[in-house]
Amino acid sequence: MKHKSFFWFVLPSTVAMLLFIFFPIVSVVVQSLYKSHEQVIVETENCGPFGCNKTTTIDQAATEALRAERPLGRFAGLETYLDRGHLATTEVSTLWQQSESWGQFMGRMLNLPFYKAIFFTLAYTFVVTPLTIVFGFMIAVAVNSAAKVIRGPLIFFSLLPMIVTPLVGSLILFWMIDARGVIGTALQVIAGDPSLSVKASTPLMWIMLMVYGVWHAAPFAFIVYYAGLQTVNTDTLEAAMIDGASRWERIKYVVIPHLLPLTTFIALIQLMDNFRVFEPIVSFSASAHATSLSWAIYNDLGGETRQLSSAAATSVLTIIGVAILLSPVVVRTYRDFSRK
Amino acid sequence: MSTVLAQKKPLPLKLFTVGFLSLWMLLAAFPFLWTLWGSFKVEGDFFSKADWANALFGTMTVIETGQPFTGQGYEGAWIQEEFWRAALNTLIVCVSVVTISLTFGTLGAYALSRSTYRYAFWFLIIALIFRAMPPITLVSGYLPVFFNWNLWGHLPTAIIVLVAINQPFTLWMLHSFFNNIPKDLDESAMVDGCTRFQAFRHVIVPVMWPGVITTALFSFLLAYNDFAVTAMILSKENQTMVPKIASFLGTTQTKGNVMFAVAAVVSVTAPLFIMIMFFQRQIVGGLTAGAVKG
Repeated sequence: MKHKSFFWFVLPSTVAMLLFIFFPIVSVVVQSLYKSHEQVIVETENCGPFGCNKTTTIDQAATEALRAERPLGRFAGLETYLDRGHLATTEVSTLWQQSESWGQFMGRMLNLPFYKAIFFTLAYTFVVTPLTIVFGFMIAVAVNSAAKVIRGPLIFFSLLPMIVTPLVGSLILFWMIDARGVIGTALQVIAGDPSLSVKASTPLMWIMLMVYGVWHAAPFAFIVYYAGLQTVNTDTLEAAMIDGASRWERIKYVVIPHLLPLTTFIALIQLMDNFRVFEPIVSFSASAHATSLSWAIYNDLGGETRQLSSAAATSVLTIIGVAILLSPVVVRTYRDFSRK
Repeated sequence: MSTVLAQKKPLPLKLFTVGFLSLWMLLAAFPFLWTLWGSFKVEGDFFSKADWANALFGTMTVIETGQPFTGQGYEGAWIQEEFWRAALNTLIVCVSVVTISLTFGTLGAYALSRSTYRYAFWFLIIALIFRAMPPITLVSGYLPVFFNWNLWGHLPTAIIVLVAINQPFTLWMLHSFFNNIPKDLDESAMVDGCTRFQAFRHVIVPVMWPGVITTALFSFLLAYNDFAVTAMILSKENQTMVPKIASFLGTTQTKGNVMFAVAAVVSVTAPLFIMIMFFQRQIVGGLTAGAVKG
């Protein structure tokens, strides 16, 4: 295709992506280096008949003027990155000096909001992704061995957890695990503890969030594997059978190698999606027990005081995280492409 | 072949498979059925302190309303809390997002699939990197600009933002569909004297619909399911359904009317349910298109 016609064809989507993906990233980086202006405070001395007293008032006009003059705020450099809400360098170094053991240090560090968020985000990503793959594979094998007639309905219901809006799906689960909901009651009976409440316990909340994650994502892995299973070479399978391979050996040596490229694909998509875990934390109102990077940004942006700089700094750190996560994939794709 | 294999299965394995599948079906379907059923009860039943079986038989519902089923939740959500407005907004947003992002996407993806230059590859890689950006990180970049230019809160703003966020995905998916349409088709049209655009318009457009419909479904889902963007950049009057539900959680829990949220949740799920029913084949095909070929 000629350069010129290529240019005109991709122009609309390029403009859209430049304006609403590329520039916002630049804007986030710039924003994170600035801080909003502090209010201009004027000290006035009122001298009355009973002596003088000093009062401080906010000079609204001057504050407005300052904000209008420099809408970005004042330049703060990396200050926002290093403050308590983000990398918290001073706090971490004091903790390092005060803590006697490694475990104590880690425990205290996880009270800092940024480290709490990133720890849960990484734990969620690296627990949910492999479980999704394993569980999805098991469902695919099971559905593939079911009678042809019932496969349609099986796939229909399997798709539900994935298609349904994440916020809605997690709310549905949340209401069921409520202490007065059906699963919550069942858990109380199983544990023999009538006061058991998932909402009150951090480990249980983490488990429920991850269970939700697997429930939501397993159908995706299932569908991809299921489609892959349809294209397994039957000749190879038959040859393996004639050579006396058992059922397990056939899966191990024929089916799994065939599905391996699909696993890379699923893992890539899942890593990207799980790293942005957000909606379940909102619907589980789990922020006391678990927060994620996306949730931290949402929390800064929402509410009365929009802390744009703080949100921007967390966003930049999140983008760096995504870049690190994706770099092996990009390098590999590039090598594959160069080899062609 | 697969039937031969199925017949030869030993009994324990067969039982295990059946058990596992039933368990999965229960996990996948039960929460939805339970919530659907419970949405016609009063709160005292859906969240029953006394006995979980109340939610099935509606003991409190009978006491409070005289009948085993009640539409109170739906009435409260749709009429009192004006959920219909949010539903209308969602409809506007979804239709616009799907139309615009597919128009942009088909043009771009067609060019990407036909170009043999290296920059086409880099274009796709950059799109993949953009796809990996959590949308909420972009939102903190939008807000200052939208506030300054008074763009914040309006539906068109949300629409164009969602179109942009959808683009990387749309391009990747349509790219793999266009790769499957033989190049000879449009090239022979060009030999006959068509320009590139005429070839696209008269030769490719008539055969691209299966791929476009599949991509449209996923584009629709991205717009319909979005929470991060719509919650942050739409004002209260212009809210779509998903952020509206989130705001129910804030307001109605204090009023003791979780049932509004339950009814709203069922209302949001119903269109998706119908969508899977009609387009199951396309959804399955779409999920695998990128994977099996790539």
